[in-house]
Amino acid sequence: MDFNLSDEQKALKDSLAKFIDRAYTFDDRWKIIKSVEGWSRKHWNQLAEIGLMALPVAEADGGLGGTGVDTMLVMEELGRGLVVEPYLGCIVLPAALIRAAGSESQRAALSEGLASGETLYAFAHTEPGQRYERNAVAIAATAKDDRYVLNGKKVSVLGGDAADRLLVSATLSGDAGPSLFVVSANANGVKRFAYPMHDAQRGADIELANVEVGADALLGERGRAAPAMDYAFDVGCAALCAEAVGAMAELHKITVEYLKTRKQFGRPIGMNQALQHRAVDMLMHVEMSRSMAMEAAVACENTDPAARAKAISAAKTLVSQGCRYVGQQAVQLHGGIGVTHELNTSHYFKRLTMISITFGDADWHLGRYGDALLAAA
Amino acid sequence: MDLTYTAEQRAFADEVRTFTRHHLDPAVARKVLEGSRLGREDFLGWHRALAKKGWAGVGWPKAFGGTGWNSTQQHIFDEVTADEGAPQLIPFGLRMVAPVIMAFGSKEQQDWHLPKILSGENWWCQGYSEPGSGSDLASLKCKAERDGDHYIVNGQKTWTTLGQYADWIFCLVRTSSEGRQQEGISFLLIDMKTPGITVRPIIMLDQEHEVNEVWFDDVRVPVGNRVGEENKGWTYAKFLLGHERTGIAGVGRCKRIVKRLQHVAKRAQANGRPLIEDVRFRDRLAQVEIDLRALEITLLRVLAAEAEKRAPGPEASLLKIKGSEIQQTLTELTMMAAGPAALPYVREGEHGAPDVPWLSDEAFRFASGHYFNFRKTTIYGGSNEIQRNIIAQMVLGL
Ligand SMILES: Cc1cc2nc3c(=O)[nH]c(=O)nc-3n(C[C@H](O)[C@H](O)[C@H](O)COP(=O)(O)OP(=O)(O)OC[C@H]3O[C@@H](n4cnc5c(N)ncnc54)[C@H](O)[C@@H]3O)c2cc1C
Repeated sequence: MDFNLSDEQKALKDSLAKFIDRAYTFDDRWKIIKSVEGWSRKHWNQLAEIGLMALPVAEADGGLGGTGVDTMLVMEELGRGLVVEPYLGCIVLPAALIRAAGSESQRAALSEGLASGETLYAFAHTEPGQRYERNAVAIAATAKDDRYVLNGKKVSVLGGDAADRLLVSATLSGDAGPSLFVVSANANGVKRFAYPMHDAQRGADIELANVEVGADALLGERGRAAPAMDYAFDVGCAALCAEAVGAMAELHKITVEYLKTRKQFGRPIGMNQALQHRAVDMLMHVEMSRSMAMEAAVACENTDPAARAKAISAAKTLVSQGCRYVGQQAVQLHGGIGVTHELNTSHYFKRLTMISITFGDADWHLGRYGDALLAAA
Repeated sequence: MDLTYTAEQRAFADEVRTFTRHHLDPAVARKVLEGSRLGREDFLGWHRALAKKGWAGVGWPKAFGGTGWNSTQQHIFDEVTADEGAPQLIPFGLRMVAPVIMAFGSKEQQDWHLPKILSGENWWCQGYSEPGSGSDLASLKCKAERDGDHYIVNGQKTWTTLGQYADWIFCLVRTSSEGRQQEGISFLLIDMKTPGITVRPIIMLDQEHEVNEVWFDDVRVPVGNRVGEENKGWTYAKFLLGHERTGIAGVGRCKRIVKRLQHVAKRAQANGRPLIEDVRFRDRLAQVEIDLRALEITLLRVLAAEAEKRAPGPEASLLKIKGSEIQQTLTELTMMAAGPAALPYVREGEHGAPDVPWLSDEAFRFASGHYFNFRKTTIYGGSNEIQRNIIAQMVLGL
């Protein structure tokens, strides 16, 4: 058992923390989210300089070969700073997909642009009406000569607004499982409808109408993408757990500070035991979540998919519950000022809420954990 | 004991439903049922239709032009109109300031203000809270100094709901700083067009403009606009806070949201099947429906006590807490049902359609916006913490 960070990890965390304190204040963030793109290429490039984009890419593919724990350290800081640049959607998730699904040559070819931060990828998977299904891919691909034709709709694609290339899940007729295709976001027949999300991150709904791609667009093996997708979602969940911990801890700090300074009835509102207990319960959620974010980070390296799934779902269940409690209570304890757009409290609350319902909410992961119990029984 | 409505009450419900179907603008009903945001005219159109029928003064006595309905009839009206998609009647005039004017206002105030409240001609807003005085309302500082026949008002109110539409504001102001804080407060009626008043929007977390700051800079208010006696405003304010009981639980509105949630839970998919078939989600839906039924029967108990002129018991104090919590649960479940479709923030474009094409089911479009917005319900109208303090002290004697 070892909870210590290596020197490299400490240095990474440090330089990222410094960047956020210096260049990502609440005012900086305001300007960024009000801009047309809704995120900042300048800040993106600075994150790339710290090494963030290359971090989750294997050394063999030209990256830094970071582990789940490295991603955890990064995501926690990004959560603390409420960073809106699409690191999860355009780096963490696609890197995991490419790593798990791609052939050796595909990995090397696709990773280059990703690791430098120059080519943005997004995972286009969820379809209208679906919630968290990882395998049910209705979107149809048909093989035509040595090409494929894609038709269908994808929704709530994280970073789908910014992506240069889309990793699209689709099922070829006759196949038992889904395949993955690399599709240029500007290809003929691709329409995307970009929007901000409630937490000021960006995304898009995407329509594919007779989009033709070459045989080389198939990422990995035909009909066998399910395990890679499952892995990528698990890595994404672990990243979200870490981001949540960063955001939760900061929001808790802000709230405790407010309890000490806001006065009603001639004394700080934090003198009321009813509120003190709530602040303590928030802290308990933060610390339990922190522990489970570690569990999830380590589980990303687990080569046994069943064990990995169980640990990830345990973490995402507990952390989603923490997001909910800490977010709701922070707003409540702030009173009216907590429901305004101008204060950062509501921005943390919204991000935490969105994290709690991304890649499976608490109920969904509790169910997945339960399924694992049943399978082992 | 009988927990169903009598034949007479059912006939009344039918009458209300028929009227609503004929006189509620279908476009407004659609907005309400979908959950999109309403503008001033959307509220007023319905208000005017009711006024014409003589139904705008739902809780008002006949003497002032009201319906004279008993509280059960008022509840039935609330439930049926909410179910049909009628907008909520904005409470600040009809349910808040009007009863105060009826009970404590002068004859002139009654004759001038009440008809204009009833007809919808004057939109009212509530000027109680200040930046430094929320839960501790009695500490308010907005000052009114006597100058001949006028008060000169200086200070700031905040969180003023829909103040951007208002013609009049009722304000608690400080007219004395001697003695207990509560004893230096007066209740003023102020025309929003008076020089020196500035309204500034506060954008809420769902990015909507619903509340405002209202600033007073040497605003001259005729002394005749004071309700009741100088420095007795706190008594009237408390009367107002305690008066509105049936509406605050929002049972009618909750029932409408439940219907919508059931609709959403049929549209959403979980593992290839409608979400309603997912037992974990269905349990949550069942639980909130059970809670809502308990709230409704509790409300009916309170109403029955009122009808018999008995003092309502402790159950009355619980209505706000329980009602607001259920409203929050309902909006949270709707967001949960939507899942990934709850992530996008899609603004309204022309005619209420989304401003970018939206490929997810329409039913999910406002899911998270409502969830965020409804966090207010446990904060406003006296936060739930303050409600619990009051119950602990006044009901339990702790
Ligand atoms: C959407 C919205 C609309 C509103 N509309 C209006 C309006 O139209 N007109 C108007 O006048 N006002 C309005 N209000 C104001 C509302 O009444 C106040 O927000 C409310 O009274 C709480 O005050 P505060 O916001 O200053 O919070 P605070 O009083 O600062 O409270 C902060 C937190 O401390 C808690 N707290 C405070 N004192 C105690 C205590 N003694 N024991 C335990 N807990 C305590 C509170 O419960 C809360 O959780 C509105 C508010 C909102 C959010």
